[in-house]
Amino acid sequence: MAAAAASISAARSASPTVARFKDALRRHPTAIFGAVVLLAMIAIALAAPWLGTVDPQAMSPVRRLRDPWGEYWFGTDMLGRDVYSRVIYGARVSLTVGIAVAILSTLVGLAIGLVTGFVRWADAIVMRVMDGLMSIPSVLLAIALMALTRASLENVVFAITVSEIPRVVRLVRSLVLGLREQPFVEAATAAGTGVARTLVRHILPNTVAPLLVQGTYIFASAMITEAILSFIGAGTPLNIPSWGNIMAEARSLFQLKPWLILIPGAFLSLTVLAVNLLGDGLRDALDPRLARRM
Amino acid sequence: MSALLEVRDLRKHYPVRKGLLGRAVAKVHAVDGISFSIAERETLGLVGESGCGKSTAGKTILRLVDPTAGTIEWRGSRIEGLGRAAMRPVRRELQAVFQDPYSSLNPRLRAADIVAEPLRNYERLGAARAREQVAWLFEKVGLRPDQMVKYPHEFSGGQRQRLGIARALAVRPKLIVCDEPVSALDVSVQAQVINLLEDLQAEFGVSYLFVAHDLAVVEHISHRVAVMYLGKIVELTDKRTLFRDPQHPYTEALLSAVPVPDPQAKKKRIILQGDVPSPITPPPGCRFHTRCPYAEERCRREEPAMTEVRPGHLVACHLRTAVQP
Repeated sequence: MAAAAASISAARSASPTVARFKDALRRHPTAIFGAVVLLAMIAIALAAPWLGTVDPQAMSPVRRLRDPWGEYWFGTDMLGRDVYSRVIYGARVSLTVGIAVAILSTLVGLAIGLVTGFVRWADAIVMRVMDGLMSIPSVLLAIALMALTRASLENVVFAITVSEIPRVVRLVRSLVLGLREQPFVEAATAAGTGVARTLVRHILPNTVAPLLVQGTYIFASAMITEAILSFIGAGTPLNIPSWGNIMAEARSLFQLKPWLILIPGAFLSLTVLAVNLLGDGLRDALDPRLARRM
Repeated sequence: MSALLEVRDLRKHYPVRKGLLGRAVAKVHAVDGISFSIAERETLGLVGESGCGKSTAGKTILRLVDPTAGTIEWRGSRIEGLGRAAMRPVRRELQAVFQDPYSSLNPRLRAADIVAEPLRNYERLGAARAREQVAWLFEKVGLRPDQMVKYPHEFSGGQRQRLGIARALAVRPKLIVCDEPVSALDVSVQAQVINLLEDLQAEFGVSYLFVAHDLAVVEHISHRVAVMYLGKIVELTDKRTLFRDPQHPYTEALLSAVPVPDPQAKKKRIILQGDVPSPITPPPGCRFHTRCPYAEERCRREEPAMTEVRPGHLVACHLRTAVQP
């Protein structure tokens, strides 16, 4: 029946969202910059093996601590590993963590938020749990969760996701509470539409825009949290080169060979900046009233 | 006339919550015991100033809010206690048009899908049949079928309200509750929408509960009119009698405030003193006694009951009922 409903409108006119997107992009050229940088990073991560890289784990103690811009673009670290290759492969880890956390925490938060927004008794219980989680700084919570488990990429994603979920739940819950009082939801009830259908057809589509914006901010903050966890040794295992790991290993050499930290740091900062600029553009395109939060 | 809808002593009180535990410390008497009926093919106007409970009354009848007390009888059976599933078949016959044509249409749905929503809930039509139906409805409410693919924001206020009417009409209801359907529209557009509602009534034999604050609009479209003040109906009669010979002092004052489009016309204006009392603590006795120019001692103590001062003319006022033999 849903298919029948969708096909009622035959020829499509421009969706309001598409029109707003175009308008916002015109007003926010920085968002285009963000999108371009992010896409470039994703392309680099995907094409890592074909970008003149070598095995990022291959050690060569003879050629350790070479300066950049010579034989090795970004130099080599104290074990003689090629920093260029490590940074390029590191993009895979950082972006994977960012995207995975953004998608997972948004989906889980959306599900919990929809329920708490609609089921009165669940609301009080779930929201107190969320308040409890939120009272712990998200990095600390992630460290604690990592301490309970084994260092692996999946566990890093899990730990950061758990610490991001409460924020998504809060956002979705407040959106649902606002939307369910909207006259068009009342109109749907009067038209005989059931609860489940109202949720899917009237509430859910109106939460997508703010969630998308929140998702980009989570993307950015998850990449930073991953770097923090790796930097203090509670993150991605050392055999996987992530930007945080590369910086962590170069910590002791910072005064001698600062580029070992600065290069992965620059990649991380640039990517986070790009994601945030994109998020700002999206926010203005989708909902000018949504408050900024990172 | 057989009554389609019969409302008796309907009440809706909202709790005022305060403090940490959210205890109800007071009640807003939004609707405080109103009774009326609507016959088939009839339009009942429900007028009153902002906050008098007229919209709440409409929503309670639609079961969008649950009544605190009283009965709602729909075609002979009570619906005030029905659950969601049991309300479903009733909702098909009892549709609604809302005040704000901007917020009562989901901005992310296309016009055709908005109008098709009740159809989809109650009739299993194929895509082609549904589109045909929606196109037909578009024509009935004065929209072009080629506008079906547009989004609400691409329509004007009047056109949006036509969409709302088409949606209400889609499953051929017996009664449409119109909650201030034209108050958000320009005057010229108001007339068009009112005429459309009248045409549709003539064609489909639908009844309306027409909630409004604009007396001119209500006079135009209604057969009978109920005047509400602070959660109560103070006067209920046919349109002609009400506008020519109002009995309740509040109705009198309301009518005297209607502007007359004649600069030479001299009219006695009744200017009411003071403000509407709070519906949290409505005054004892007659609700209107704090502002009534004729109030007596009895009005402050005793609440007047709705009394038939002449056939079909109900008034809740001690003075009027006492005067009549």
